[in-house]
Amino acid sequence: MLATRYEAPRSLAQAIASIAADPSARVFAGGTDLLVQFRTGLKPPTAFVDLKQIPELVGITIDASGLRLGAATAAADVVEHADVRRLWPGLAEAVHLIGSTQIQGRASVGGNLCNASPAADTTCALIVNQARCIIAGPGGERSVPVEQFCTAPGRTVLQRGELLVALQVPRPAPRTADAYLRLIPRTEMDIAVAGAGVSITLDAAGVCTAARVAIGAVAPTALVVAEAAQALIGSTLDAPALDRAARAASAAARPIDDKRGTVEYRRAVAGVLTKRAAAIAADRARTR
Amino acid sequence: MSTRTFEHVGTRPIRHDGVDKVTGRAAYGADVSLPGMLHGAVLRSPHAHARIVSIDTSAAARLPGVKAVITGADIPPNSAKLMLGGEAALDLHDMGDNLLAHDKALYHGHAIAAVAATSLDIAREALARIEVVYEPLPPITSVDAAMADGAALLHDKYKRNIANRMEFKRGDADKAFADADVVVDREFRTPMVHQGYIEPHACLARTGEDGRAVVWCTTQGPFVVRDASAAILGMDPAHIKVIPTEIGGGFGGKIVVYLEPLAIVLSRKTNRPVKMVMSRDEVFRATGPTSGSKVRVKLGATRDGALVAARVSLWYEAGAYKGSPAGAGAMCAIAPYKIPNFFIEAHDVVVNKPKVAAYRAPGSPIAMFATESAIDDVARQLGMDPIEIRMKNAAAEGDQASYGPKYGPIGFKQVLEAAKNSAHWKSPRQANLGRGFACGFWFNAGMSSSATVTLNPDGSAAVVTGNPDIGGTRAAQALMVAEELGIPVERVRPIVADTDSAGHSDVTGGSRVCYATGMAVIRAAEDVRDQLRARAAKIWNVDIADVGWERGKAVPLNGAAKDQQPLTVVQIAAQMPHTGGPVVGRAAVNPPMAGPGFGAHICDLEVDKETGRSTVVRYTAVQDVGKAVHPSYVEGQMQGGVAQGIGWALNEEYVFDANGVMENAGFLDYRMPVASDLPMIETVIVEVPNPLHPYGVRGVGETPIVPPLAAVANAMRDATGVRFTELPLSPPRVLRGLTAD
Amino acid sequence: MSKLHVTSIINGEPVEFLCEPHESLLDALRNAVGLTGTKEGCATGDCGACSVILGGRLVPSCLVLAAEAEGQTVTTIEGIADGERLHPLQQKFLEHAALQCGVCTPGFIVAAKALLDANPNPTEGETRYWLAGNLCRCTGYDKIIRAVLDAAAEKHPKVSA
Repeated sequence: MLATRYEAPRSLAQAIASIAADPSARVFAGGTDLLVQFRTGLKPPTAFVDLKQIPELVGITIDASGLRLGAATAAADVVEHADVRRLWPGLAEAVHLIGSTQIQGRASVGGNLCNASPAADTTCALIVNQARCIIAGPGGERSVPVEQFCTAPGRTVLQRGELLVALQVPRPAPRTADAYLRLIPRTEMDIAVAGAGVSITLDAAGVCTAARVAIGAVAPTALVVAEAAQALIGSTLDAPALDRAARAASAAARPIDDKRGTVEYRRAVAGVLTKRAAAIAADRARTR
Repeated sequence: MSTRTFEHVGTRPIRHDGVDKVTGRAAYGADVSLPGMLHGAVLRSPHAHARIVSIDTSAAARLPGVKAVITGADIPPNSAKLMLGGEAALDLHDMGDNLLAHDKALYHGHAIAAVAATSLDIAREALARIEVVYEPLPPITSVDAAMADGAALLHDKYKRNIANRMEFKRGDADKAFADADVVVDREFRTPMVHQGYIEPHACLARTGEDGRAVVWCTTQGPFVVRDASAAILGMDPAHIKVIPTEIGGGFGGKIVVYLEPLAIVLSRKTNRPVKMVMSRDEVFRATGPTSGSKVRVKLGATRDGALVAARVSLWYEAGAYKGSPAGAGAMCAIAPYKIPNFFIEAHDVVVNKPKVAAYRAPGSPIAMFATESAIDDVARQLGMDPIEIRMKNAAAEGDQASYGPKYGPIGFKQVLEAAKNSAHWKSPRQANLGRGFACGFWFNAGMSSSATVTLNPDGSAAVVTGNPDIGGTRAAQALMVAEELGIPVERVRPIVADTDSAGHSDVTGGSRVCYATGMAVIRAAEDVRDQLRARAAKIWNVDIADVGWERGKAVPLNGAAKDQQPLTVVQIAAQMPHTGGPVVGRAAVNPPMAGPGFGAHICDLEVDKETGRSTVVRYTAVQDVGKAVHPSYVEGQMQGGVAQGIGWALNEEYVFDANGVMENAGFLDYRMPVASDLPMIETVIVEVPNPLHPYGVRGVGETPIVPPLAAVANAMRDATGVRFTELPLSPPRVLRGLTAD
Repeated sequence: MSKLHVTSIINGEPVEFLCEPHESLLDALRNAVGLTGTKEGCATGDCGACSVILGGRLVPSCLVLAAEAEGQTVTTIEGIADGERLHPLQQKFLEHAALQCGVCTPGFIVAAKALLDANPNPTEGETRYWLAGNLCRCTGYDKIIRAVLDAAAEKHPKVSA
């Protein structure tokens, strides 16, 4: 018989103690992945632990060092934050792509990351912005670069009793901007068939001095594609450079065939999205 | 008739059930509850094809809170048939086996057992405790696999899994092909798709100590629910009352019964009301989508654009039991055209998928996707405009339809003209867009309907029918009564009644309610009008022949009663008790088929050639509706059919794995169009009156889903130069087609 | 396992109800509270028929635990009209024939109200994207979008310079 409890701890310590003691308890913020999995047959947890009452997990603060985003903050709050949109437009776009308006009212970036879907929309945008995951657990606090957080579909580096507390995103350097694009068959509502996040830094002459490229939904976890970034650095983001970056992204992709796309399709589109996202990021960087 | 001027018909009043719907008060199938009710749940086969060796329900029955468990053994097998007024016959043996399997599970999701318990959680827990031993068999998931040598048979009686085959022909197609200047020969494939109604099936059954059952359910056919349940369960139909709730979409998929007989049996066994509601997952896996198909089309034309020969071969998936709409598809395939030589054959092929049910113009979208794509290719080879070639070959009144009868007045040429003159067609084609054109056809059913119109003492009226309202027909019926009686439409109350209260009506479907049930409503209103004239005659003490009727008033004629003022409906109604008592009008009709509806659609499509992703940028639907009784709901039917057709063309499909299990049984990965996927949908209403109906009404609901499949594919051809013959035109398929060479 | 006791403000009125810990807000509204206007179309957050406004945010109530409504305000379709007066959205839906079967209508009206509260003069594109989480199978969305834009125009007429 179902004997799931509902708990809403009010402190981080309480939450950690709860899940450390009971590994079959599941934490949630928006619940938009967890409740779907629960309804579609996954073994019911012993408790639903609602994280939204914990102050450290909810809220958006921006200071000189950058953004601190509480892991349980609803996507809608992130998207509506004018400074987030201004400083990290690609990240805001990526967060805005999670589900429908209704899902946006609930889903969190932290939850999106912890669900560790290969197709998660926020992962690539966080990676190219050099975001870090702030983790708290029985052993204290630690931080991990986002690209190391997900280890396999559905798996993260979180140990027993550990929670993702917040994301930290450093302030972008001058003339730096990001972009995120994903391919879905409809205009909304679909899981990404492929996704690409790019961050571009330009010098005063418009030459790319730094870049980061991450592609999603084309491997068990999001991939950082150093070769694609290299293809852009030193260029003015002209068509040949963009094509080189696209080819590097396609080459790095390790996709699967599934009901949403084929191997060859995902490989091809990863490249197309990379060059398009790079072009958008460069346009944005030019105006900074 | 066609020159009649209408006062109410053709206007756009607010629908009478509207306020309840925008406030959440309207009660749909799952909204009905009774004290003490139990919750039912269904155990479904995990195998697409398997022999059922044994079922042990004892552990489930012992679970506290479980009040009854049933299996196929509780539904006696029978082999009777039930006619659905001519449009389709329900095989009760198949239906009974589909309700709860007996010897074999024939698709993943096939119902195996059902329980009733005090909560849904307990019912689901009970399902997990039912032990079923299966002997898995090889699953068949395509028509090709089904007909291959050595393929496993679903039913021993169907050789090569072909349940039915029909053919018809005219002239000598082979010779005509040999003499043709241009021949196009292509094979097309379409996937299994679902009607996609937002409301899952739901019912509540309550049996009494007298053995009688009351069933609330969401259905397009309350009399079908009653009669099919009665026949399957061996009950007297007079002992079952079906109360149709509001229905959250049907499109043909809610004519079949899946839950109601189970709920009745569970209620009987527990002496408590039993509520059963399907999950979305169950709706996809275990109701009635429409067929996937393979269609071969060969068309021959002479240089001047005359279509001289056609050969169409259709293979439609029936699902687990016979009965796909292949025959209807065969009849529609070339119906708009005068092609003197043709050979058309249709095959009904069983496969290990859910038994297909009707889906809006069943069979026609599939067949006409193929023929309208092929005609587009013929036109291209001849350098002819797509409307021109169709105009040249268009059937008209007096021509013999490909499916047999002579056409009466039909509006195909008028529809083509209207399309040609539309703002969309005349607008310049943008360089980055492809433009596609395609036509569609549906017969539109007749069948039987009844109606009563009762007059209230204040001169308002109620009109009662037995047809659930899926498209705005209550509003149309109110307009008809208002027109015939000359009273304001707000003073007419249209009601959908239960099977005890309404005279028999065949299903809401076949685009027949406005036509046939509407005809009954008009006749019932005329009956009221005659009675009102008789009352006026009594009041004036004259003969009824001296009483006329003019716009809501009885008027004296022929000099008799010449000093009398006309009497309004309100005045006559006020005197009902003194002039003979209540006034109730009634009618029952069984008219011939409504008169074909032709449509023509124009689609502008933008294709991203680097990703294969496309966007419908502009869309226009032109259709002959005979007479638009409530134009807003006529437009709505057209726009809704267009949206479903676009989904079918671009992204909708059942995806099956190698074991015959559907992989995308939810709205996330079964991709129906969302609001941001579509532009505004322009509609052009053509009215070529149908002489069989007092107002000229034709059916409107089904034709609009037919043209979009080819309209989108033809737009894709225009945009990319590539002829895609397999749906859906999802981005991976399109990109593969674009990069193939 | 005993049920949880939840106190919430639903459509402006304090309401107490019992629910299972794992029960959704949608089920609690429809069963324990008796408000059946909010519908279940999919139970996986993909169709929008279960839309309600929770604590000021548009949410899919099928993916909210009933327990989370403790101390929160909830607005359902039953709370959109102002006494006997229909909300302009409701009125425009009727005038534009923006519903056929009507089962998606409660979700659309709640979602559209949230839209106009956040963005009083949305463009057609903004309206379509905001409402992309609400599936309709009957109308093709055309008349729904027109109704929402008309309601916006009526509430906040654009003043031309």
